[in-house]
Amino acid sequence: MELDPRGQRFAATLTSIVLVVVLATGWGWLALVQTVVFAITAADPRRGPYAYVYRALLLPRLGPPAEREPVAPVRFAQLVGFSFLAVASVGYLTGVTTLGVVFTAFALLAAFLNAAFGLCLGCEAYLAIKRLSGPRSA
Amino acid sequence: MDPVGLGAVAAVMVVGVVVGVWRRRSDGRLRDVAPAAVPVPAPAEDGPSGDRGIAPVVRRAELSARDDFPGRPASEEVGVGMKDGVGSLRQRRGLLVAADAREEPGVIGAEGDAGAAVRPDAREEPGVIEAAGDPSAAGERLDAGLMRELGVGEAKATLLQFSSAFCAPCRAVRRVSSEVAAMVPGVQHVEVDAESHLEAVRALGIWRTPTLLVLDGDGRVVKRATGVPGKPQLIAALGDVL
Repeated sequence: MELDPRGQRFAATLTSIVLVVVLATGWGWLALVQTVVFAITAADPRRGPYAYVYRALLLPRLGPPAEREPVAPVRFAQLVGFSFLAVASVGYLTGVTTLGVVFTAFALLAAFLNAAFGLCLGCEAYLAIKRLSGPRSA
Repeated sequence: MDPVGLGAVAAVMVVGVVVGVWRRRSDGRLRDVAPAAVPVPAPAEDGPSGDRGIAPVVRRAELSARDDFPGRPASEEVGVGMKDGVGSLRQRRGLLVAADAREEPGVIGAEGDAGAAVRPDAREEPGVIEAAGDPSAAGERLDAGLMRELGVGEAKATLLQFSSAFCAPCRAVRRVSSEVAAMVPGVQHVEVDAESHLEAVRALGIWRTPTLLVLDGDGRVVKRATGVPGKPQLIAALGDVL
């Protein structure tokens, strides 16, 4: 299964906008909505809500993609986003706003880097995490 | 409106732009891994490299490898090697390497011992030569056992690519490398799943995928790049090896 990379950039852009609104207003329910969006997209990136928006509004204007990208990195990144936003939602909705702000800010950084530079922070951290946590034989 | 949240947005934007721009500039740049560029950490290397269990994996290059360029700065070395259009670029790169090498020798101790102390730092970022704490970057020759484990056969030059499952640019590196390997005689492309070779990943100082190492015929790491290198840059880099 492969994806249109432009769709992922678009989804990251929408995510960034949503997260900016969350931070600016401190609106915990919106954080929860974004958490659900992350969860759905992690389960299947093609069924993510933002993917539907992309296919409905942008894809007809852009034409078919020149290249496609594998799905695994995208799902992993969405899963990372989900974990962060889940913590942030809990923070906002239980009144621990600091927790909400910090975790939403990290999620925004990742989404913004993906949207603006096509950089996947979660993917980059993956090997480093494995390297530090993985079994060592020597 | 949440003033703290707005402050966080502003901070994230600034950090994001800085990181993104810097990453874009350094991504895929092939760095020289010059033995002579790290003369200072050489003695310090002997102790810790044994302690942290990489000695069996990577063996120190013969002294002659270092004596090839006794004490000469990397920039000069690169300047001598200049012969074509990419010369000025290469020279610039060389100067950067030389500067890096001078700045960072202290880091080797920091990353030197036990695995728990290993942490990513500026050195691990893309395109930055990862000299400190990393034997491969000091022009070491890879051990035959390690080469076998990674599936590196005999060749005049090897493009050794470390990939992982969650890595979108790995595919681009695979394409560039295999095209170059098909085009330039004597060059082989070997792709390794980093996750299933964690010992090698640790020994070679690899922190992120894709990382591409350019090995010479003796199995010495000559260049390395994180991110996607350009095809012309890769061919030019191979020109120095072959």
